Amino acid sequence: MIEFRGVTKRFPDGTVAVDGLDLTVDAGRITVFVGPSGCGKTTSLRMINRMIAPTEGTVTVDGRDVMSGDAADLRRGIGYVIQQAGLFPHKTIRDNIATVPLLLGWSKRRARARADELMEVVGLAPEMAARYPAQLSGGQQQRVGVARALAADPPVLLMDEPFSAVDPVVRESLQEELLRLQGELGKTIVFVTHDIDEAVKLGDKVAVFRTGGVLAQYDEPGVLLDRPADGFVDGFVGRDRGYRKLGFLSDELPLAELPTVRVGESAPDGWSLVVDPEGRPLGWVQGGGSVEEATVVPGGSLYEVGSGSLRSALDAALSSPSGRGVAVDGDGRVAGALSADDVLRALAASRADEAA
Amino acid sequence: MVWDWIPRNLGMIGGLLGEHVVLALVPVLIGLVLAVPIGWAAAGNRALRGVLVPAASVLYTIPSLALFIVLPAIIGTRILDPLNVVVALTIYTVALLVRSVADALGAVPSMVVAAATAMGYRPGRRFVSVELPLAVPVLIAGLRVAAVSNISLVSVGALIGVGGLGQLFTDGYQRNFPLEILTGIVMVLLLALVVDGLLVLIGRFSTPWTRVGANA
Repeated sequence: MIEFRGVTKRFPDGTVAVDGLDLTVDAGRITVFVGPSGCGKTTSLRMINRMIAPTEGTVTVDGRDVMSGDAADLRRGIGYVIQQAGLFPHKTIRDNIATVPLLLGWSKRRARARADELMEVVGLAPEMAARYPAQLSGGQQQRVGVARALAADPPVLLMDEPFSAVDPVVRESLQEELLRLQGELGKTIVFVTHDIDEAVKLGDKVAVFRTGGVLAQYDEPGVLLDRPADGFVDGFVGRDRGYRKLGFLSDELPLAELPTVRVGESAPDGWSLVVDPEGRPLGWVQGGGSVEEATVVPGGSLYEVGSGSLRSALDAALSSPSGRGVAVDGDGRVAGALSADDVLRALAASRADEAA
Repeated sequence: MVWDWIPRNLGMIGGLLGEHVVLALVPVLIGLVLAVPIGWAAAGNRALRGVLVPAASVLYTIPSLALFIVLPAIIGTRILDPLNVVVALTIYTVALLVRSVADALGAVPSMVVAAATAMGYRPGRRFVSVELPLAVPVLIAGLRVAAVSNISLVSVGALIGVGGLGQLFTDGYQRNFPLEILTGIVMVLLLALVVDGLLVLIGRFSTPWTRVGANA
């Protein structure tokens, strides 16, 4: 558990980066610090591993004031993932990952074995071990950064805008990966970002900072989107917050039957869903006649029954060319159809439950 | 036949070459050892850099012959002592390398230094295992200039009677024997090329990461 008690950081030029911060980071959860630039989120993060010393107040990790004891020892017990990975360009991937174990005095052999193990954990091919960071893509470098932070198995992980420099598709896969890893590892993670979407996606709790280093709201993401504390938070979480909130609802949706056809079969009039021999959706065809691969129109996003949110259900309905969203089971086989109306009805039902 | 002079004097030429190498390169090593901490101090402190780097540049403008002659009075050596040349060339090497070291360390990405600190490196170990290795390419460039410049300056030492290949110039000039002068010039040139080449190779072998193609 990490606690900020009355923490203020004033820089020598008089700027107040963090102003009277009181906040408790729950152990074993992901806490996201989010806010516009100059809001003190990164400064707050860096006070946890003493990269920055507070001017007033105390920061404690597991009850211990971080300013007591040796700074280097403290840092070796806290994983750190920096913006753009911050890898050592002159060290191989394996040696980058082995950094903290070696600093802790592990034998070279044990540190390297640990590095190889972590490469597997974060999904890096073993042949990359002997390469240098410049030979890796941005997404791969970020994975190395995460592996390096996890190497000595620290209970606390600090992540400073780790995914800000990669493209949106890679960012999304890194986010999924982080959530999967966290499901296995259960670390206390503090994650800094300026992206509210990233914050609500990753955070078990989200702390919204405003310019001047003041904490504006600290809540679970669903609450943040539902009941912003003030105009600033409302403006920061954005106009789409109603839509984003659907991401936190995952009620059972009634699925309609969805007739499917296969390539080579004859389709009825109107839109029909084309599936492969295993029953996985390939796309849509319009109008009757024999189905040919060339006439299949790509489908929209898919809603996975059981794990999908109302947001993914609504998106499936809205992005489908036929207006009927495709629901699939865990194996990717077609389970049924849903419409935007179904999603809105489920939303209304969930509202009614909440009010009751 | 005058060309006979070379094979007949191979031993003497070899001896002068050895002296030349020692007089030119020992100062490079001492200068490097001195310049690294000075350059590190300059890289870490803007005010200090404002004093140290210009001071080093001024040192380099002192004419070598003057320095060879003035030094004995300052450090109490005899005027013919080879130590004068070693001390003078060390001063030039430090003057050249302080800026190189400061620039090289300043060019290490701040993100990498911050990451090293956050991993739990203490400043001394961080310097040796992160900052210094990353400074090697720029440092090697500075060392090449210092080594070649020293090799040429040692020749000047012959004017005050200190050994080295420069003696082939003074001797050949006095005896009006152009082949000896030519031999001296060619030997100094070859030495400079070989030392420069060796430094390039050392730089390559110590920085394998700079030669990998980015496939990102």
